[in-house]
Amino acid sequence: MLSQYAFIGIFAVIAFALPVIGLVLSWLIRPKKSNPAKTTTYECGMETIGDTWVQFKAQYYLYALIFVVFDVEAIFVFPWAVAYNKLGLYALVEMALFIAILLGGLLYAWRKKALEWH
Amino acid sequence: MQQAIFIILALLTLGAALMTVITRNLLRAALWLVATFFGIAAIFILLRAEFLAVAQILVYVGAISTLIIFAIMLSRGIMDPDQVRFNGQWGVVGGFAALLFVVLAVIVTRVPWPAAAGGAPVGDAPADAIARLGAAFVGPYAIPFEVASVLLVVAMIGAIIIARERE
Amino acid sequence: MDYLRNFFVNLARSWTAWIGGFLPDWGVNLVNYLVVGIILVLMPVIATLTLTWMERKVIGRIQNRIGPNRVGPWGIFQAFADAVKMLIKEDIVPSGADKPVFNLAPILIAGAAALLWAVVPFGRGMIGQNLNIGALYVVAVGSITTIAVIMAGWSSNNKFALLGAFRVVAQLLSYEIPMVLSIATVVLVTGTMRMGDIVERQVAPFIVVLPVAFITYLLAAAAETGRAPFDLLEADSEIVAGYFVEYSGLKFGWFYIAEYGNLFAIAAITTTLFLGGWRGPFVSVAPALGPFYFVIKSVAVIFVLMWIRGTWPRFRIDQMLAFAWKVLVPASLANLLWSAIVLQIGRQPEQLGPTIVQMILLLVGNVAILAVTGLLLGRAARRYAAQHGWAGA
Repeated sequence: MLSQYAFIGIFAVIAFALPVIGLVLSWLIRPKKSNPAKTTTYECGMETIGDTWVQFKAQYYLYALIFVVFDVEAIFVFPWAVAYNKLGLYALVEMALFIAILLGGLLYAWRKKALEWH
Repeated sequence: MQQAIFIILALLTLGAALMTVITRNLLRAALWLVATFFGIAAIFILLRAEFLAVAQILVYVGAISTLIIFAIMLSRGIMDPDQVRFNGQWGVVGGFAALLFVVLAVIVTRVPWPAAAGGAPVGDAPADAIARLGAAFVGPYAIPFEVASVLLVVAMIGAIIIARERE
Repeated sequence: MDYLRNFFVNLARSWTAWIGGFLPDWGVNLVNYLVVGIILVLMPVIATLTLTWMERKVIGRIQNRIGPNRVGPWGIFQAFADAVKMLIKEDIVPSGADKPVFNLAPILIAGAAALLWAVVPFGRGMIGQNLNIGALYVVAVGSITTIAVIMAGWSSNNKFALLGAFRVVAQLLSYEIPMVLSIATVVLVTGTMRMGDIVERQVAPFIVVLPVAFITYLLAAAAETGRAPFDLLEADSEIVAGYFVEYSGLKFGWFYIAEYGNLFAIAAITTTLFLGGWRGPFVSVAPALGPFYFVIKSVAVIFVLMWIRGTWPRFRIDQMLAFAWKVLVPASLANLLWSAIVLQIGRQPEQLGPTIVQMILLLVGNVAILAVTGLLLGRAARRYAAQHGWAGA
């Protein structure tokens, strides 16, 4: 098993090295004539007004939180799915209960309009 | 060889964790935290816990860190360099952190871990390790498994109520 | 002739035997890992060089144009010309950008696009590594993309980029759940997360057994890669190009390569999970045919995605997120539960993959889910139209 991940490790090094090599190559041959006008923020030619890092709305946070809940749920489903062939009816009942509780949560979020985008 | 890889990974993970704490820029700190999560996932793989490693990446890198970044974007004056770094409670929090460290250190050193007791290096994980984990979810650990589901829903409902109140 | 029948595996064996003659065992492993790694890492680049041409031609035909036809015969060298252009373009970093993060983002996103290929089975025994967690590995690698997108959008110091990045992330998060659930359904039916074994146990392609999972996966994957009609993250008419608006030269190029690498990768994963991967006629006689079937099926999936892009208008963000949570998630959960019920019926000990009876029951349930979903969607659409006073909608 560890030798499999040795490959993944080596592969990751190669995968992240390739873009770096490309960027170095392009750095060697590309022109470098910068001026202040070129490096202005691109906003269709308008002067930028105010800070870029504005305060975002709570909606995003709520979305991410609902996502975390369902992501953890999905993680639980996978080992169960792999083992399922060797398990009896109780495995089905327990997973149905697990999913039903979470579906209740989804229904609540739906009813409270937490899934709407304002 | 494994020992050497472990030491390198541990140092990288700790380094990233340290950067998380001392970086002034909040978003960069969050990115260092992501690097820490990856380091921990790699250490899980070294311990032959591949499912835990992939769960670590999915939940912590994919979900929790996005949640943290969204939380950062929600706060006011995020990019203001003049923000104070400590509030009045740093002493209390520091105390609790030290206490947690002591408790964890005691647990790690005192508990007779099965792997350590054998003395010999642990072999490969069984081929059906993930299936066994799944069987354990619905077998001996059925109650914690269902409670986890309730906990997840409670967290979600709580967040929705708080977010509703703000509007 | 016998050698040709399983050409790719035999070639690998001869190669290993040859270098084994003068290298120690660990050296052979290392060299093989490097060779396989380099081949796989080039997949996104190959995808970009071929698929950009294909996409322009396909979209061109759909829009009643010819598409590129100047550089080389039928314009096939257009992509190479573009590659050279990207390489020699000046690199502009906007003032006020967070430079290290700005430079790291394209590297991460391109690397992640390549990493996906480590678990894709091109043929029997032709897979980077048949990981025990292969199906989840694919999703986990995708989360690197999320981080890279946030990094790019935030470090550019540009409002369009930041807004684009946040739209992307909201979209990626919403569509990851139905995607993971549809993969879970396949894992449940096959009883394994190993990508190679999923193909081995796919007696009939799962597209005809689990159409709900297939449709969910394809739509979610299209959304995850920001393909039309889910392309509002780079909606040119609204926020210019989204999170990578400030990138130029090869840094922009890596985003582009990652986009097409991901397109090819999701087509390959769709093929593996739902189209029977490298399976096809005569493949048991001549396993060397496997990779060809695999590529043909993948290109067919890509063509469907391009067709969708050329035909459908863009979703609004609220419609898109609602579609994920209110349609795809309930449908795929229902599908998962139905599959679990069916697998309890008429089960043989030590069975690998579903039996014929189970497959028929699965298909019946899937068609029912599709019908109910369609019915509810139609009713919701009529209600919406009535609320807004539209007639005949």
